[in-house]
Amino acid sequence: MGLTLYEKIWNAHAVATGPGGRTLLYIDRHLLHDGSFHAFEALRKSGRKVRRPQACLATPDHYAPSGSRDTIADPNLREKIETLAANASAATIRLLPIRDERQGIVHVVGPEQGFTLPGVTLVCGDSHTSSHGALGALAFGIGASEVAHVLATQALWQSRSRKMRVTVTGSLRPGVYAKDVILALIAKIGAFGGTGHTIEYAGPAIRSLGIEGRLTICNMSIEAGARAGFVAPDDTTFDFLHGRPLAPKGADWDRALARWRTLASDGDARFDQEVALDAGELEPMVTWGTSPEHGTRVTGVVPDPSREPDATRRASMEKALRYMGLAPGTRLEGLPVDRVFIGSCTNSRLEDLRSAAAIVRGRKAVVPALVVPGSGLVRRAAEAEGLARVFIEAGFRWGEPGCSMCVGQNGDLVDAGQRCASTSNRNFEGRQGKGARTHLMSPAMAAAAAVTGRITDVRAILPE
Amino acid sequence: MTPFTTLTAIAVPLDLVNVDTDQVVPARFLRMPRASGYENYLFRDLREANPDFVLDRPAYRGAKILVAADNFGCGSSRESAVWALAGFGLRAWIAPSFGDIFFENSFKNGVLAIVLPGDRVAAIRALLAAKPGTELTIDLPSQTVRLPDGAVEHFEVDPFRKECLLAGIDEIDLTLRYEKEIAAYEERQREDTPWLG
Ligand code: SF4
Repeated sequence: MGLTLYEKIWNAHAVATGPGGRTLLYIDRHLLHDGSFHAFEALRKSGRKVRRPQACLATPDHYAPSGSRDTIADPNLREKIETLAANASAATIRLLPIRDERQGIVHVVGPEQGFTLPGVTLVCGDSHTSSHGALGALAFGIGASEVAHVLATQALWQSRSRKMRVTVTGSLRPGVYAKDVILALIAKIGAFGGTGHTIEYAGPAIRSLGIEGRLTICNMSIEAGARAGFVAPDDTTFDFLHGRPLAPKGADWDRALARWRTLASDGDARFDQEVALDAGELEPMVTWGTSPEHGTRVTGVVPDPSREPDATRRASMEKALRYMGLAPGTRLEGLPVDRVFIGSCTNSRLEDLRSAAAIVRGRKAVVPALVVPGSGLVRRAAEAEGLARVFIEAGFRWGEPGCSMCVGQNGDLVDAGQRCASTSNRNFEGRQGKGARTHLMSPAMAAAAAVTGRITDVRAILPE
Repeated sequence: MTPFTTLTAIAVPLDLVNVDTDQVVPARFLRMPRASGYENYLFRDLREANPDFVLDRPAYRGAKILVAADNFGCGSSRESAVWALAGFGLRAWIAPSFGDIFFENSFKNGVLAIVLPGDRVAAIRALLAAKPGTELTIDLPSQTVRLPDGAVEHFEVDPFRKECLLAGIDEIDLTLRYEKEIAAYEERQREDTPWLG
């Protein structure tokens, strides 16, 4: 029987078999950010050293201010950013510092720099590390203890996960994007449908996506419960990587390419679960509740908890609706929003900004709206092609790169009770600020919400 | 790490699905040092909104076991969620499913995370809600949870995790014993995929 790509990458990284048959897995790549201070602290306390600094790349993101960086007024932010710089410097870890144009959200920066490569194992103390699977890497989020473990040993004790394949056929219709694919998948299989699994995304609709769309999909694998998700690499991947600063060069590139071309699941490989989705049937999605599984078509209504047979699930839905200030049966389209956020590791790359700007062009934001590019390089590219001007002229705030309002750790918060149309990945209670009400959607949908002040079916205002 | 063998203690039910780690510890507290005591931030917003939050009911005071619903600990990788729950005094949690990263983080902190079938966990939660203060007995060597009526639930645990918990093994120490294998792997990698060096 053939092997899945997951198994091939796994086998190529197995260092040893330990107690209980567990595998010691070698880790090729490690991303660090300004929330990684607990792990450095633990390492210091145990008197251990970073084993392989050249396998690491660090950049501040969670605490990076979206306003000017000439001076960082907030001492809390400054402290976190300086701590990362000091930790990186002490361990001789490569850092893209706060005022470097290459700085940004780790999950945007890794692929952009060519740090993320096909077939590697990659970890980061952040659950959205699943993003990097878009390039054919086995990438997963870990906690602070495991970050310290990888820093000290460059390996991790792991058990094989189960394998799920999600096959997406058909092609997306106008106004429907990668974000809608993943929101629809999570609505279908649930927020723990992928628990214990690694997802391989396959099928013509995935193949026809660029790397940016694949990153959006792999990013939210964790919201379906899967620690990792990936797409087998293809020419789209190789074209994307060619010439990136940290990608292999010259003869190394040719050798790497030959190897990467073998990275695919065998035709007769078996998956524990198979899920199928028809891209052609999808519509723009929006969430109504406080779990990413609470998604529906924008043309849909808030569901009625009384139809939920399971008592615990029913109580949780009722709690979500109370928190969101929504009644069953309410149409999502037309629901007024108080603010809009376009950014996060899910949707802050150039293609995302293009799709949002296409909706904004020639219109004005009628509610406060913030756009935060995922990296300084995305920001500059967006300025060069005139996207920044579209946003600024429409009254959007044009921020400096980082996580920003996805989690609010840099102070970009949604006020209690406010409804925010957001391109991020989590609508959890309090995620964007205490009492904040988040509706997840694509960048184009968020742009439509900004210019109309309500949740709007973007298909009604798509440019010709 | 403190070893875990057996535990008889009050168990507290948490009857919500998809409890994410943002709820366990809201993001605004993540900048705090670990030494500040993450238990101080545990479920901060839920508890502020609801003074009768189950963890605060006197009948469950001193609970060391949490019995939750599906997908407990989903979302963010923040290990502080485990620190907060453990700092509150909990040493084990039982649910039909957990967030994968939270599950892993639990064992790293000497906490036993137990998966049991959904209907059994629901029945235990119902029992704990009907008779607050009820104690459960968890026995790791025999992999069982004993209920007060004598009923026994058997659970699966990865042998590696079991061994680490029983002995209180520090995983980094364990891994360092494989230094030769790691170095050999790196040597091979330098040959096969020099661009990763
Ligand atoms: S953008 Fe949001 S989800 Fe992504 S790494 Fe930052 S905080 Fe986490």
